[in-house]
Amino acid sequence: MSSNPAVATDHPVYDYKVVRQFAIMTIVWGVVGMGIGVLIAAQLFWPELNDLFQPYSHFGRLRPLHTNAVIFAFGGCALFATSYYVVQRTCQAPLFGGWLVPFTFWGWQLVIVLAIITLPMGYTTTKEYAELEWPIDILIAIVWVSYAIVFFGTIVKRKTDHIYVANWFYGGFILTIAVLHIVNSAFTPVSFMKSYSAYAGAADAMVQWWYGHNAVGFFLTAGFLGMMYYFVPKQAGRPVYSYQLSIVHFWALISVYIWAGAHHLHYSALPDWAQSLGMVMSLILLAPSWGGMINGIMTLSGAWHKLRTDPTLRFLVVSLSFYGMSTFEGPMMSIKTVNALSHNTDWTVGHVHSGALGWVAMISIGSIYHLLPILFGRKEMFSVRLINVHFWLATIGTVLYIASMWVNGIMQGLMWRAFNADGTLTYSFVEAVQASYPGYFVRFLGGLLFLSGMFLMAYNAYRTAKTPATEAVSNDPATQAA
Amino acid sequence: MDAGTLGAISTVLVMIAFFGVCWWAFSPRRKKRFEEDARLPFADDDAAGKEHEQKDHPGDDADRRN
Repeated sequence: MSSNPAVATDHPVYDYKVVRQFAIMTIVWGVVGMGIGVLIAAQLFWPELNDLFQPYSHFGRLRPLHTNAVIFAFGGCALFATSYYVVQRTCQAPLFGGWLVPFTFWGWQLVIVLAIITLPMGYTTTKEYAELEWPIDILIAIVWVSYAIVFFGTIVKRKTDHIYVANWFYGGFILTIAVLHIVNSAFTPVSFMKSYSAYAGAADAMVQWWYGHNAVGFFLTAGFLGMMYYFVPKQAGRPVYSYQLSIVHFWALISVYIWAGAHHLHYSALPDWAQSLGMVMSLILLAPSWGGMINGIMTLSGAWHKLRTDPTLRFLVVSLSFYGMSTFEGPMMSIKTVNALSHNTDWTVGHVHSGALGWVAMISIGSIYHLLPILFGRKEMFSVRLINVHFWLATIGTVLYIASMWVNGIMQGLMWRAFNADGTLTYSFVEAVQASYPGYFVRFLGGLLFLSGMFLMAYNAYRTAKTPATEAVSNDPATQAA
Repeated sequence: MDAGTLGAISTVLVMIAFFGVCWWAFSPRRKKRFEEDARLPFADDDAAGKEHEQKDHPGDDADRRN
């Protein structure tokens, strides 16, 4: 299949090749990224694992590789795959951009491979979620602008009057990430693979967390809400609960999220008013977040029975429950007095994973299970039972992970702030580390369960692709319909 | 103008914008239009559904199972 077939009959020929490529790489990078996550979780329990292949296997070098791999490789490929699919189906137009379409795929894969090479070698800007050095940053910017051209070009040549809400969320995500990446990655290169940020001091910290929190707000939220607004109605077989609410949801979410980043810098050198602003905006954020979650879950009203038989739908709906949970927890943790307890503890790590495993990974997995049979021209996945097993592994894994981090985090916070009557600290730091060991093991176990579910998914996807089709998938409009 | 006044003005403006969006979205005049827009994910199914009956292709109803 060519990457941009230009057939425009009453039912257009969609470009599924690039969607297929990104969908497969979502699973591959999911296994890799989560595998590294399980390894570094094991390193915290068995520190000798740091020495596997020093200095490359050190926790400090593998941790940014884990975050980059799961966010930008796994999450990124899922966003590319679903946005390219949804924008075509809801605009009833094939992808715009010709050679730019395969370029976004191969360019993005090159970025990921470069991350896998450079991060363990120790090349890093030290900016969280923006660790990649300047030559790779430039490549990311070029690929991202190409992505925007393909996506918005497809919207421009749509056959429908209206731009469906999922595309608004995808569009907002693509546009904002372009701005965030370019502003935060402003640098002065001093040599090949070494640069210094264009900002200094507290301003640098603020720009970094304006970027960092909006990586969460737009990359890991708005993009995946686009997924929700297409795949939940599609899998449930009924339109979204309230389209009006989805419009308010969109504008409220994008206009509030951008202000919340300062809550990462509570009790730092950042001016106090900026910290308070970040806290207030984070609290307001609860409203649009829950509005969207309720809109997604209520889409099932009248179709709840489908949850009993359809594990794919279960993935999508449970992801929304975790989304609701973590978007309640987030605003609470942004309150300065709560943050005084939670900051720098494992509670933060647990909060991130409640969003990353429970929300982002689960809605991606559900969407990919919806997509694979359509992309490979099959009636359904090779094994629906394996999807069910995967669902339970993922859910139990996530619950183990976040519960152990709650216990660890609150315990660490309480131990660090405990004083004796004479004003000395009750516990030394290492005593808090020692007390965290049981939690580190439970976290490792939870991560391992989640990872084993991804292996099942990879096997299921492989068998689905290899099952002999009654008719080869083609550009025939009939095969593409579902 | 000091920062406090600026903050007050922008708060009011943002509030007006928010109520404006709510009014625009929930106005009864646009209710029918949005109900149609909400069915967009299923719009290209119908056209395909007809072809599906003609060509009887099993790949068609992949997501209509259950």
